[in-house]
Formats: sequence, C-alpha cells, structure tokens
Amino acid sequence: MLKSENKIFKNLYNEYGWEIENAIKRDDWKDTKNLISKGREWIINEVKTSELRGRGGAGFSTGLKWSFAPKEVGSRPHYLVINADESEPGTCKDRDILRFEPQKLIEGCLIAGFAVNAHICYIYIRGEYFNEGKRLQEAIDQAYKKNYLGKNACGSGWDFDIFIHYGAGAYICGEETALLESIEGNKGQPRLKPPFPALVGLYGCPTIVNNVETIAVVPTILRRGGKWFASIGKSKNTGTKIFCISGNVNLPCNVEEEMGIPLKDLIEKHAGGVVGGWDNLQAVIPGGSSMPLLSKEICDTITMDFDSLIENKSGLGTAGIVVINKDQDIVACMARIARFYKHESCGQCTPCREGAGWMWRILDRVVKRKATFSDINLLSDVTKQIEGHTICAFGEGSAWPVQGLLRHFRKEIESRCRDEPLIKKKINNPYLVDQHLLENKNA
Amino acid sequence: MSLKKVHDNQPKEFKFTDGNLKKAEEILKRYPEKNKKSAVMPFLYLAQKQNSNWIPLAAMKYIAKFLSMPYISVYEVATFYSMYNLAPVGKHFIQVCTTTPCLIRGADKIVKLCKEKISLNENEISQKGSCSWMEVECLGACVSAPMIQINDDYYEDLDEKSTIEILDSLIKDKPLKPGSYRGRNNTAPEKKPTINGENHA
Repeated sequence: MLKSENKIFKNLYNEYGWEIENAIKRDDWKDTKNLISKGREWIINEVKTSELRGRGGAGFSTGLKWSFAPKEVGSRPHYLVINADESEPGTCKDRDILRFEPQKLIEGCLIAGFAVNAHICYIYIRGEYFNEGKRLQEAIDQAYKKNYLGKNACGSGWDFDIFIHYGAGAYICGEETALLESIEGNKGQPRLKPPFPALVGLYGCPTIVNNVETIAVVPTILRRGGKWFASIGKSKNTGTKIFCISGNVNLPCNVEEEMGIPLKDLIEKHAGGVVGGWDNLQAVIPGGSSMPLLSKEICDTITMDFDSLIENKSGLGTAGIVVINKDQDIVACMARIARFYKHESCGQCTPCREGAGWMWRILDRVVKRKATFSDINLLSDVTKQIEGHTICAFGEGSAWPVQGLLRHFRKEIESRCRDEPLIKKKINNPYLVDQHLLENKNA
Repeated sequence: MSLKKVHDNQPKEFKFTDGNLKKAEEILKRYPEKNKKSAVMPFLYLAQKQNSNWIPLAAMKYIAKFLSMPYISVYEVATFYSMYNLAPVGKHFIQVCTTTPCLIRGADKIVKLCKEKISLNENEISQKGSCSWMEVECLGACVSAPMIQINDDYYEDLDEKSTIEILDSLIKDKPLKPGSYRGRNNTAPEKKPTINGENHA
C-alpha cells in the first residue's frame, strides 16, 4: 500500500482546490527555476534513474524517449505534444488530472519542454472533455499571470507557450502519429513508423509525445529525486500509478497506488470489493479495453505492473480496471468492445477495417446463439490476421481482447454454438457479410 | 469510422459572425503561419456552435476558403470525426455512453428510457422540447458509470430514477445540474458501502 506522504496527486478528488494558489501550497512550482538551471542532461538522467515508464499504455521508458530528441535545434523547431485524448474504455485518470491537478501538468510541460528543446507545447484534449479543457485553459491563464509561462518562463530564461487543441471524438487520435495528423488538420490516420516522431513529427519537426500522467509526475520526481520514485513499486515497474476501477465493484473509484500492488488488494481495499463477493468474480480487464481479460484464477494472485501482466499474456495498458462479475454475460461484454473497435477503426488498413467488423459480427452471433462451432476457429483466425498486419497498434488492440476471451472462455462460447450449418436461406441474418451472395443464383 | 449523412436541407450561405471572426483570428495565432490548416478543427467547432450545433456544407466551403485549403479536405475532416454534426440535433443533445464499463452498470436501461421519453430512434428530434439523443462510444468517465453527456456537460452515477428526472427536466427546457447523481465527491470512493445491484440503473 502506498504511504500518504508518497502520493503525488494529492488533489485527485478536488478536496483542496485546483486553483494555482492551492496548487502552490501543495508544492507545485517550488524551485522550478532551480530544477531547470541544473540542465538538460541532469533532468533526463534523473528521469532515467526513476525508471519512469510512459503511462499512456505502451510503457516505454520516458527518459529514453526524451533522449531521442536531437540534442541541438537545427533548422526546424522542436515540439512537445501532450496526449490527453483519453478514450480507452475503462480509463478516466487524465480527466481528473486535467480538472484537479492542472498545475502539475503545466509545470511538467515546462520542464519536459526545456529537456527536449521545445518552445511550444500542444495539449491535445479529446473533444468530449470540453469542461476539462476549459478548466485547463483557466489554469494555463493563471500560470501566465504569474509569469510561470510565456517569455522567460518562471525566470528560467526559457520561452515556453502552451496551446490546447481539441479532438473531436476519434479514439484513434490517441495513437501518437494519428494525433499529430489531427493537429495538422487532417483526418486522424496513423503514419508509418519509422521515422519516429522524435525525429519527424508535428509539421515534420522533431516532436516528443507524452501522456498527461507521465508529464504530470515529472516535477515531483525531480524535486524528490529519481531514486525516491524508483524505490516505490517493483524494479523496472517503479513509482505510483492512478488506477481506475470500474464495473461490478461496490465503490468504483480512481485511486493512486504503487505499481505492483496485488489486483485483489486494489479491488477489495479501495473499490469495496466485487459485487456479490470475490467468488462472484468472472473476469477482469486489467488495462483498458485493448488488453486481454484475466480469468478469476489469475486475478487471485496477479500484481498490477507492466511485466507480470505481460507474463500472463495481458498488459497494464492505461490501468483502467474493468471488473466483470458472474451476473454479466461475458461474451456480450466483449462483443460490445468489438463493436467499439469496429466503430473506431480509422479505415486505413484493410485487416483492421474489415476484421474489426468481422469479429463483432461473429461475437454478436455467439451472443444471439446463432453461431456454429466452425465460427470459433474462424474468429480465432481473424484475430491472427489482424494482429501485426496494421500500421498502428489499433490492430492488436482490437484483436487481443477477443483472443483473451477465446483463451479463457472458449468453453462458454462453445456452449452457445451449434452444429447446424450457418448458411440457411430461411435465416435472414443481417450480420452475415456475404448474405447477398446467397440470393445470387450464380454465386 | 462513423457513417454520417449530410442533411438534405442546406442553408445557401454561411459566414462567421464578428465575434467568431475575432475568435478565429485568436485561434490562428496558435499555429505556425504556414500551417494554418491546423485551425480547421477549431474552426469547425466555431461553425457548429454558431449554427445551432450542426455544420452545413456552406460552412465547410467558407472554412476552406478562409484557410486556403481544398474544400474536400475540410469535408474529409468534418466527416471523419464523430463530434461534428452534419445534420440538425436537438437543443438538448443527449449522448448516452454504452461501451462495456457503462453497459455492465446498466446503460441499456438509459437507452430504453431515451427511447420512451425522447424518440424511438436515435438522432430524431423530439416533438416536445426539441431534444435528441444518440448512443456513443466511451466518454471517458468509466468510474462514474453509467453516464450521459448533455451538450457539453457530464451527468454521472445515474440510475433509472435520476435519468427520468433529468430527461423530464430537459423536456421542460429546465435542465438539471450536471455532476454525480449519487452525491459523491468526483471520483473518490463513497464512504458508505452500498451494494450497487440496487443502487444503479
């Protein structure tokens, strides 16, 4: 369990006020000038020492990412872009940071901007978070008034400006290159990597893209030392993390905890336990909808960190925990997630565009008990055809949850399937893609 | 990728009001001069706000000229993103989140209530009170599930009773306050344990 003095986001529930005066009381903007005067090398090394891994889902080392930015500014300016396009089902941590701890984010932006040689920062907020964006803008204005931003920001000699850019309801814009496309005024369709944004990013300039939570913890890490952060949690999975616990729990909540906390502790101690008791647990999605679900046996012992979840063929992702108890129809839940991916696929790569709809239609047939046994293998085959054959990780994100379902609940699916051939002319099944072929005599 | 249909009745002309022109100039300052195309998304929002929450084709043409970019690029952006409405919506535009975390806490009941109270089908403007509703994907307030968004505001921790109250208030054109409808402090765990089988929709 995390000790209260080690908590970074003390105002996660807005108990102490979000305004800049209150934030300063909580030690935000303390010695920022000093921290910056220690130089780029020191900042990046300290973040490397802390072993901070990106909080947006992939878990890439933040210090390493920053070190990829060119050391000297060439003919093109550098940019810092903050990814606040939080749309992963089960995740709502960034919303609370934007609403209640905006100064932590803004201070982090200044420090990160200095570390990667950027004078301009864009914060990309999802369009639905209109009020959160308004709040952040107020916080930015307050920071400008105190000269913490703008020319010679915070007396550090570094000019720094922050602008907010709203998204408009596209999940795919959470992918970093799609996000950059979106800021440039295009459709949010991911770019091929390499080149990575650190070298060719926004407007073709070197760009570092980070998640809100990653940037918001940086000032505290620098103030208290990378070693302090590294001492929390497990090795290589260090620090604190905001977990969002939703679904069939008695007290759904956001809570900051140390990495590597047992899932059972998290659910029982913070979220009031599973509805109907721990034995009523059916499955848990540990890291937002794109991570494969875990069966109850795994949930009994699993700890919440990047590496131990990968060992169990899942992932920490954004740490959005969705608890599903035995009162729910697990196939229907996953079919709804498949529908989400069908809706949100950007349509650029064929395997994902077509496959996402395919997976949804098959799962929907299973829910309606219209599927046959051969559908199960077909479903498994489709997931394999999508995975690894797309430009961005959306393909994996849509295929993995279905693979997880097949891995842990194959029996459940089989019990709903039947032997009869699916293709019967009498059944007018609107979800069958090639229905029109049946009506064509030449088919 | 969302399928969106452009409205049949299109106004012939569109122009930013003077107030919005000023806002547009402010927005342009945020982006490098040679990249003013970046302003297309904020401009579409401005147009949508000005034109009672939907974007006519004339506005897209106007924005394309304003930013000296091809009309089709603006059209592309407006049709790609789901928050740009290409047809009129109600004065109170209700978006019901039905993705899994909300679904397992009873979002389907909210959808049912919307069908009963507002209109049988999505995106139909109701007779009384000019409301319209639609199902949307995750709105990012999963620990406050089930929830709905009305225009810009989030209404969280709903159950059947509170949903009925909110919908009735919209029909009367006197919307209730946004926020949690279980009286909790943002996303903090509630102090009193409740067995939520009974306490949510």
